[in-house]
Amino acid sequence: MARALINVPATAKPGEIIEIKTLISHPMETGYRVGYDGAMIPRDIIANFTVTYNGDEIFRAQLSPAIAANPFVSFCTVAKESGTLTFHWTGDNGFTATETAKITVE
Amino acid sequence: MSRQGLVALACLWIAGLAGLVSWGGQAAEIPLQDRQSGYQLMTPETRAMQDDDAANPGMLWVLDGEALWQRKDGRANLSCADCHGDARQSMKGVAARYPAVDPGLQKPVDLEQRIEMCRTEKQQAPPLRAEGKDLLALAAYVARQSKGMPIAVVEDDHTRPFISAGREIYERRQGQLNLSCANCHDDNSGKRLAGSPIPQAHPTGYPLYRLEWQTLGSLQRRLRNCLVGMRAEPYAPGAPEYAELELYLMWRARGMPMEAPGVRP
Ligand code: HEC
Ligand code: HEC
Repeated sequence: MARALINVPATAKPGEIIEIKTLISHPMETGYRVGYDGAMIPRDIIANFTVTYNGDEIFRAQLSPAIAANPFVSFCTVAKESGTLTFHWTGDNGFTATETAKITVE
Repeated sequence: MSRQGLVALACLWIAGLAGLVSWGGQAAEIPLQDRQSGYQLMTPETRAMQDDDAANPGMLWVLDGEALWQRKDGRANLSCADCHGDARQSMKGVAARYPAVDPGLQKPVDLEQRIEMCRTEKQQAPPLRAEGKDLLALAAYVARQSKGMPIAVVEDDHTRPFISAGREIYERRQGQLNLSCANCHDDNSGKRLAGSPIPQAHPTGYPLYRLEWQTLGSLQRRLRNCLVGMRAEPYAPGAPEYAELELYLMWRARGMPMEAPGVRP
């Protein structure tokens, strides 16, 4: 399973702007490189990343082969209510990974 | 590094040759108070990446290492934790005094080699792949427990002959470019070789995440990179010259704070 690091503040005030940071282990093989045997190394990337906050989608990114290995994605959102953020990555060769983080808003 | 990467690096270094030709005679060792980590030469963005545990990709290996530390393995069916307990206590400061001279082998072993010894002798498990994910993860996890602590390799009767051997390699001109490590890292550190600033070569952050590698790598891998860049024949994997060089470099960096897992361009 891919190892991911999620950083969400544990608590926030209602309406506060919070920064969310995500880092996931993945080779992000571009598909444009030649291996030692002279053959092209097939593309193997994370293609999509979505984040939901209590079920509502708050962030979506499409990743391209130009993105480095172990992609780091950070973004800001507004803390509206206590609950769960769900992080979901999908990619080539059936790659999928899901992580969750809790936040208390009060 | 990929073969393409090595070729690119070699070309880059050859491009820097014009600069090398004008370099003067050998300077002395860098005075202790003028030493500087490669961190100091990095851009603010790369420094921020190292400093923030949520952005430092080396932490992915640290977390893997933490899980491996607990995993029972080998014919002994023991985990690292079964013998060493909580690494946050038992491994604190350990990486800061490696490579260390092993009393049985009578030669220096680096952190990765020490972990392999526990793996094969204590766990009685097959050795991990050199430069493989699991060995790097365990090394990163162990090294992380020394973060911020001063490098504590000391010169004594056991280490002295090996520190001298490492220094001799460091100062010896070798390879098609006829350069020594000291030519770059003592005499010309802080200047640029093509686009890259030349660091003083203090191994404060290993194993570290190199952006060019797009992965974590050991100090031995870094040394092989420099040897290839000098167009010298890299020593065979695991050759004693690496542990000697590593020991000399750590002694040369004594007292400097440990940064592992570091990030470098
Ligand atoms: C059966 C018990 C046992 C197991 C299992 C074991 N070790 Fe050890 N380890 C030791 C002992 C004992 C030493 C002290 C040196 C010696 O006697 O070889 C040691 C030394 C070390 C050292 C050097 C410590 C120092 O102060 O210099 C490191 C690092 C280390 N072990 C890491 C590991 C890791 C990582 C694992 C799991 C992969 C592991 N060990 C598994 C018993 C064990
Ligand atoms: C031609 C100049 C040159 C020579 C000779 C050279 N290096 Fe390097 N070295 C560099 C440069 C430049 C870097 C920074 C990374 C890069 O751009 O490749 C570096 C990086 C390093 C680092 C990493 C420092 C850090 O902050 O992590 C170490 C350690 C090192 N070299 C050791 C050596 C050793 C040991 C030798 C001799 C076997 C050697 N180098 C020979 C130019 C050189």
